Amino acid sequence: MTLKWGTKIGNWMMLLMAAVWLVPLVWMSVTAFRPRKAALSGFWSLDFTLGNFSTVWSAAPFAVYYLNTLLIVVCVFAVQMLSSTMAAYAFARVPFAGSGIMFLLFLIQIMIPADVLIFPNYNILKDLSLLDTKLGIMLPYLASAFGIFLLRQMFKTIPFELEEAALMEGCSKWQVLWKVYFPLSRPTYVAFALVSISYQWNNFLWPLIVTNSVENRPLTVGLSIFAQSFEVGVQWTEVSAATLLVITPLLAIFLLFQRQFIDSFIHSGIK
Amino acid sequence: MSGNRWRTNGFAWLLLLPSLVILVMFTFYPIFLTLRLSLYQADLAVPEPIFTGLDNFRRLAADEVFWKVMSNNIWFALGTVPAGIALALLMAVSANKALRGKWLLRTAFFYPTLIPMIAVANIWLFIYTPEYGLFSRLLHAAGLSDLNWLGSPGLVQWAMIIMIIWKEAGYFMIFYLAGLQNIPKDLYEAAQMDGVGRVTVFRKITFPLLMPTTLFVSIVALTNAFKLVDHLMIMTRGGPNNASNLLLYYIYETAFSFWDQGMASALTVVMIGLLLLFAAFQFFGLDKRIHYN
Repeated sequence: MTLKWGTKIGNWMMLLMAAVWLVPLVWMSVTAFRPRKAALSGFWSLDFTLGNFSTVWSAAPFAVYYLNTLLIVVCVFAVQMLSSTMAAYAFARVPFAGSGIMFLLFLIQIMIPADVLIFPNYNILKDLSLLDTKLGIMLPYLASAFGIFLLRQMFKTIPFELEEAALMEGCSKWQVLWKVYFPLSRPTYVAFALVSISYQWNNFLWPLIVTNSVENRPLTVGLSIFAQSFEVGVQWTEVSAATLLVITPLLAIFLLFQRQFIDSFIHSGIK
Repeated sequence: MSGNRWRTNGFAWLLLLPSLVILVMFTFYPIFLTLRLSLYQADLAVPEPIFTGLDNFRRLAADEVFWKVMSNNIWFALGTVPAGIALALLMAVSANKALRGKWLLRTAFFYPTLIPMIAVANIWLFIYTPEYGLFSRLLHAAGLSDLNWLGSPGLVQWAMIIMIIWKEAGYFMIFYLAGLQNIPKDLYEAAQMDGVGRVTVFRKITFPLLMPTTLFVSIVALTNAFKLVDHLMIMTRGGPNNASNLLLYYIYETAFSFWDQGMASALTVVMIGLLLLFAAFQFFGLDKRIHYN
């Protein structure tokens, strides 16, 4: 009996903690829909408005920011998928000279992420005359050591007999890669996509340094510029609305695919 | 036979080529550039970089702000890593076998991970705002006086630590959830048959078998403690009086506000050294002392 009670109390305490974890999001969402006076004066009133969103949408070019972010996210993942699949297959199933050393070299990219090399990478981009371009934002991320390791792990679990059978039927190695390994690894690609998309959607420091015009700015940089254009503490309702605009798409995707999302994370062996 | 081997090798290198080009351009070459430039004076005072040997590092050793930033970063790591991991473990254990509200638990704990740091910074800036912020209102409601969380050197690090734990714990929870799935169920069944208490089960089975996950998570958390800086841009810009400044933000400032490229490179070398140290710690140090089964 006492055990049961302990479990119950523990469960309720965790639900309470979950509620605490939700407070920032709930508070921000409520504030975003409130007229400024009501938001700053107190908790209890039923004043709600959509005005903040229209103010935000007309005050800054969020439509452009959205398109830029979408373009960056989609392009980076598409190229990463291609480049990582190829490299992962080489590491998993092609015995080649120097594979051990190459594998170690790829490990270094995981240990020293691009964020740390912002300054030398800025210089490289300057030499390539790619500053303030969307290509410049994407370029350092077009290969993903993380993706390569993840896919290599997955490819190794696929029975070699399948490859042999396909080769017997006259497939080339290249065809084997895309007709056998690629489709069989779908759950791993889902996990990879989630990591890659959320990383690029949220990336800030690098695009901040690379861009200086509206046409190339992603949402994160746009949001920070918008938020800082106000005197501190004055326009919280607008800043809340803008923040909500930026985070809603990812949150919506997450809520829709919550189960697959967490399960694919758990089972993809992301380590 | 040898022709075949050439073809295999060629095929493999062609497969690697796209990734390799990017890796060389944006990881290896920049590391080389940084190492070289860290030995030069390259700031606005000189038209062309001048070779000065280890001078930048000597200047760093004498730079009070650098030591302030390093000690901030160490305290920041001490504040976020153990607490974040402990909470993540608690979250995972309960989200794994909650009686009800499993879905709510996982969602509530995980969503902060998905939100860009820059949005998190906006939300928490509001929470910490004197007078209108959530914390101020709670303090007022309790009849206490306001605290200027982000404006006082003694509080600002705590404010950052609380926020980062809120953001990161759910991310680490995922790894623990994965770790929990890998513990054989029959171990628990055997313990239950023997009537072993829950605390003992956790201490003797769950916790030791999650050790590899804990090691992995602690390395990620430690790396993040040195890597997460987006929030500083919005919330404090390293202030007040460098009380919240961290290494990567200091690199950013040195490079892009003061345009001291030699110094920024020297700082980046320090950062790379630290990250390699953490990695070595994981690969060669702790890894061997953990019993996997």
